[in-house]
Amino acid sequence: MMSTPGPKIRAERSGYLSIDGEQWLHMYRQMLRIRRFEEQVNELYLSAKMPGLAHLYIGQEAVAVGVCEALRRDDYITSTHRGHGHCLAKGASMDRMFAELLGKAPGYNRGKGGSMHIADPDTGNLGANAIVAGAVGIATGAAFSAKMRGTNQVVVCFFGEGALGQGVLYEVMNMASLWKLPILYVCENNLYTEYTPYHEVLAGEILDRPRAFGLHAEAVDGQDVREVYVTAQRLIERARAGEGPAFLLCNTYRYYGHHVGDIDRSYYRSREEEERWKNERDPIRLLGSWLLQEHLADERVLEMIDREVREEVEAALAFALNAPYPDPDEVRRHVYADEAQL
Amino acid sequence: MSTPMKHSSEGKGADRMISMAQAIREALAEEMRRDPLVFIMGEDVAEAGTPFKVLKGLVEEFGPQRVIDTPISEAGFTGIAVGAAMTGMRPVVDIMFGDFLTLAMDQIVNQAAKAHYMSGGKWKVPMVIRTTMGATLRKAAQHSQSLHAWFAHIPGLKVVIPSTPYDAKGLLKTAIRDDNPVLFFEHKAMYSMRGYVPPEEYTIPFGVADVKREGRDLTIVAIGRMVHVALEAAQQLAELGIEAEVIDPRTLVPLDRETLIESARKTGRVIILDEGHQSYGVTAELASVITEGAFYYLDAPVVRMGAMDVPVPFSPPLEDLTVPTSERVVETAKALCGRA
Repeated sequence: MMSTPGPKIRAERSGYLSIDGEQWLHMYRQMLRIRRFEEQVNELYLSAKMPGLAHLYIGQEAVAVGVCEALRRDDYITSTHRGHGHCLAKGASMDRMFAELLGKAPGYNRGKGGSMHIADPDTGNLGANAIVAGAVGIATGAAFSAKMRGTNQVVVCFFGEGALGQGVLYEVMNMASLWKLPILYVCENNLYTEYTPYHEVLAGEILDRPRAFGLHAEAVDGQDVREVYVTAQRLIERARAGEGPAFLLCNTYRYYGHHVGDIDRSYYRSREEEERWKNERDPIRLLGSWLLQEHLADERVLEMIDREVREEVEAALAFALNAPYPDPDEVRRHVYADEAQL
Repeated sequence: MSTPMKHSSEGKGADRMISMAQAIREALAEEMRRDPLVFIMGEDVAEAGTPFKVLKGLVEEFGPQRVIDTPISEAGFTGIAVGAAMTGMRPVVDIMFGDFLTLAMDQIVNQAAKAHYMSGGKWKVPMVIRTTMGATLRKAAQHSQSLHAWFAHIPGLKVVIPSTPYDAKGLLKTAIRDDNPVLFFEHKAMYSMRGYVPPEEYTIPFGVADVKREGRDLTIVAIGRMVHVALEAAQQLAELGIEAEVIDPRTLVPLDRETLIESARKTGRVIILDEGHQSYGVTAELASVITEGAFYYLDAPVVRMGAMDVPVPFSPPLEDLTVPTSERVVETAKALCGRA
């Protein structure tokens, strides 16, 4: 799994160094924020403080961060059931995220959405979605709208490889290609569609599918935030320039189960495999060692970031735990946009 | 139209007797002129103007950027409309046959209907899904269904079923200006039906039932084409000395409960007509609303007449048995009024 640096890698390395070190440090912090946030979510589940379930993003942080780093604040994203990472990377704040996960009133969606439905217009987040491939239409429609309104916005549509099984994805990729819509489809292949190795349920090559519709498509190492960022930025700016949609396959891995309750995973993957990814392909550690090696940061800086992130998590969690639940009359609000009429 | 219509031909000039199709086309054209964010998408909507020719001429005025032919991908383009609506546009989606709504159910039920609620009121989905309903056109089981009850069951959706050109135009304009997803059902057999539509602009608010005919002996609640079945029946009943009141709710969601209950309290006898399947359908809900609101005023149980609980058969004599007819409504009404 570890790749030996070839000529391509060396060329990219100099490319990476042309990007401001502060930006790489920002991405390091963003990945760490997702990691620590998600660890705390798992704690909340294990200590029975969180209603329902959550699908942890740990292991895949480089994808959300690398892609969202290349977006403007008013660009749109759609996310998935495994969506906390995308929301945080697009600019969500932890306190209101935690509050939403706990069903509390100051949550992003007044506690009415929960873990799988965090949405926030202020950061261009059209919403996480609990239907696999459920948001691909919405994302493509947002791109359609951006083009019609002439806003120069780009949309990123995140989904896992499980969404490749849903027909609606092919319907919208067809239209995105026909109409040259400003959208990047980001497919995170974390190797398991719920509890099933993806290759048991997926025929052919993944990239052949978008290419069949005329989409530009490429694959990256989804554990390397540098590669994700540089590639995503190129494809996003390509879309912004009116050159049409693209498909980015990010090969990655989720460290935890399909959801927090998926503890015994031995029937679908080995502990050795999990350990190998954690030890050899951890996106945060990979970026951290590169930062040290290139003297873009020293141990002290990285430790300080970790400390600040832990403090942020702690304060955000306290905010959410102390926050009130919604008033009972909230249950009937927002069914319709014009409540007075009904 | 042969039957007298309140708000339609009464005391108005005959120069503005237009078809239902034209009324719908006028509503779309007026709203597209009024608001550049309104656009139409669907299968064969542009040059073809749909198989029913309802949209004929719109692409010439508004261009292919606003009257957009899509692939045969109901889920895909309905989903695209949801995303476009959330981000500032006002799409009007055309689902050629109501039966094809099944292909877009996730987009409508899980996405469009819930985005506003799940986001705590942050995202809105101002879109209209125009589609068709209705049997007796010899189109068999997959092109004849009336599935409006499904959508009326889902909080977050509004459901509109016009029965006249006047109502169709005014309600469609309101639907396009509404900030919620609205399902707008047009009966395929009614596109050529003519009625008075005034030249000046108007809209019709949702949640206001229309009393299409007043009467004291019996209330017939009907929607869509069944309004005309009810009016025909009422005319025949009048000859027998039975005065039927015909009420068209016009919108199932929101529902004007008061007008239904008030009429039932006045007449004490109610028949409900619908072209959707009878079981677990609109007739059941309306009967329940009326029974709860007018129980002590009723002289007999509320009678429901929905479509027969069978897939729509092709063979004409069989198909004609599946939907309520004025003859059967007259017989039912006579029995209900003790005149059988």
